[in-house]
Amino acid sequence: MVLIEAKGVHVRFGDRVVLEEIDLSVPEGELHGIMGPNGAGKTTFFNVLTGRVNMSRGRIRLDGEDIAGLSPHAIANKGVARSFQIMTLFDEFSARENVTMALPSFRARGFDVRHALAGDRRIAEEADEVLASVGLGEKSSVVARQLPYGERRALEVAVALAQRPRVLCLDEPTSGLGTDGSRRLAELIRRLKGKLTIVAVEHDMGFLFSLADRISVIHWGQVIARGTPRELQDNEWVKKSNLGRFG
Amino acid sequence: MPNTAAAARLVTPTMVALWLVLATVPLWISKVGLYPYLGVEILIWSMYALAFNLVLGTAGLPSFGHGAYFGVGAYAFGLCQFNLAPNLWICLVAAIAAAGFAGLVVGLFISHRRGIYFAFMTIAFAQIFWTIAIKAYPLTGGEDGLLRIAREPANFGIVAFDLKGNVALYYFVLVLFALVVVALWRLVHSPYGRVLSAIRQSETRAAHLGYNVWLYKLSIFAVSAAFSGLAGGLFAMAQLSAFPDVMSLNQSGLIVMMTLVGGGLVSFWGPVVGVVIFLIARDVIGALTNAWMLYFGLMFVTLVLFRPEGVAGMIKSLLERRALRGQGSNALRLILRSG
Repeated sequence: MVLIEAKGVHVRFGDRVVLEEIDLSVPEGELHGIMGPNGAGKTTFFNVLTGRVNMSRGRIRLDGEDIAGLSPHAIANKGVARSFQIMTLFDEFSARENVTMALPSFRARGFDVRHALAGDRRIAEEADEVLASVGLGEKSSVVARQLPYGERRALEVAVALAQRPRVLCLDEPTSGLGTDGSRRLAELIRRLKGKLTIVAVEHDMGFLFSLADRISVIHWGQVIARGTPRELQDNEWVKKSNLGRFG
Repeated sequence: MPNTAAAARLVTPTMVALWLVLATVPLWISKVGLYPYLGVEILIWSMYALAFNLVLGTAGLPSFGHGAYFGVGAYAFGLCQFNLAPNLWICLVAAIAAAGFAGLVVGLFISHRRGIYFAFMTIAFAQIFWTIAIKAYPLTGGEDGLLRIAREPANFGIVAFDLKGNVALYYFVLVLFALVVVALWRLVHSPYGRVLSAIRQSETRAAHLGYNVWLYKLSIFAVSAAFSGLAGGLFAMAQLSAFPDVMSLNQSGLIVMMTLVGGGLVSFWGPVVGVVIFLIARDVIGALTNAWMLYFGLMFVTLVLFRPEGVAGMIKSLLERRALRGQGSNALRLILRSG
């Protein structure tokens, strides 16, 4: 079953066409990679998927429901979570509070002014479980800004996971990570594979080729190739652009 | 603000200690060369500053025209007393409702903005309110304002308290101040308050977690305006008048200064600290020189340049350092845990 489907997505910023007739269809449980050079339009496409940028024309469906034009919070509430290329955490909050903010059980109480958040054990336990799943179980009380870079990346993923999403969009999750950090993140994503539908924009080709079920290559705002990692390694376009050389 | 055990409490030891100290103020304030009315002013402005800090410190919304809601509360209190019912409770509710409604209407226009655009819009709307106060003479009394507002008694049905004297008024305002402190403490530490704090840190992240950022900004702007209106209503009662100057940009700027000097961005109590420093500086330095604002302005500039976290933040980091060195007493730890 196709969970997320984009058809003819076209984005224009002024007189500049950023995305042109992008089609994408991601079945439930697939890890779909998106790759391409800088400025190809990968992040813009992500921003369209998650409601941050409005497209000029096209259609996006989530489980058959048209979500084009919805606000980011409405799309998030329908089960689309995302991470950011430039890390966007609540830096003054502890790791636990960052995750807490994303929990649906907490979100449902967003306008509650009668109870204090501190001391709510059930919420804290739920948040700690998510943190443990990304290897941050021991860091729940550490303020986000004091975490090392790799752990901040892991926290970003934890926050997205805490949303209990149907679709997880990861925007360059290995950006700034060393070999060790990337390896640990790859392990985490491998564990999530099949349980979640994941769309990942990534520059690290080794990372993407080892994890993705299928990959779309975007260049100049268009999908120039699509297929399994093996198929793409033999693709002429990909060879020409050198994108598949790490595969 | 830290997520501590104190955050889970409705009433904290710091609150009780503060209320006890404040309850003794009329007993000694005259002996130190000050006067009971200053106490009334400090409490009213503290309420206003705490309300203002909901938008600035908690939600990170730079509202530079908040005097408008303080003023709307003051006028609503007077107009209610003159035209609707000369009853303290009804007029206070009118002040809260009118200011809250004004905040809601303005919030509808500005809540989709952020940063400098948000700030400018708040100034523009404050100017509109100020102009209405000046020009709508039949309603507002123009530049003279509403005069002869009475201090109606606090009637509890079986017993009524006369509030004509400044000491009686002080204790009445102290009770309301205590209630406001409890309400706002709970609000900023509730899930709602934490979401607002999250929005201050990253609107983008909050939106992508599923929070309707616009609605949160709108609601806190209206709530803050409503509490500011309560302070404004009490101010009209204390001053026995309501006049356009309370809505001026100058007055709106003062509340920003008080909040920042006190350390509202890092501490719940920062705005109260700022109000106390400002009003005492006004009276003490003001007794020595007319240019007291120059000295306060210099202090403001120095703080913003060197200690942007304000006095409360300064004290907090000092105490934290002492606590880290193991020199802290139990009282010290109590203060640190109380935001």
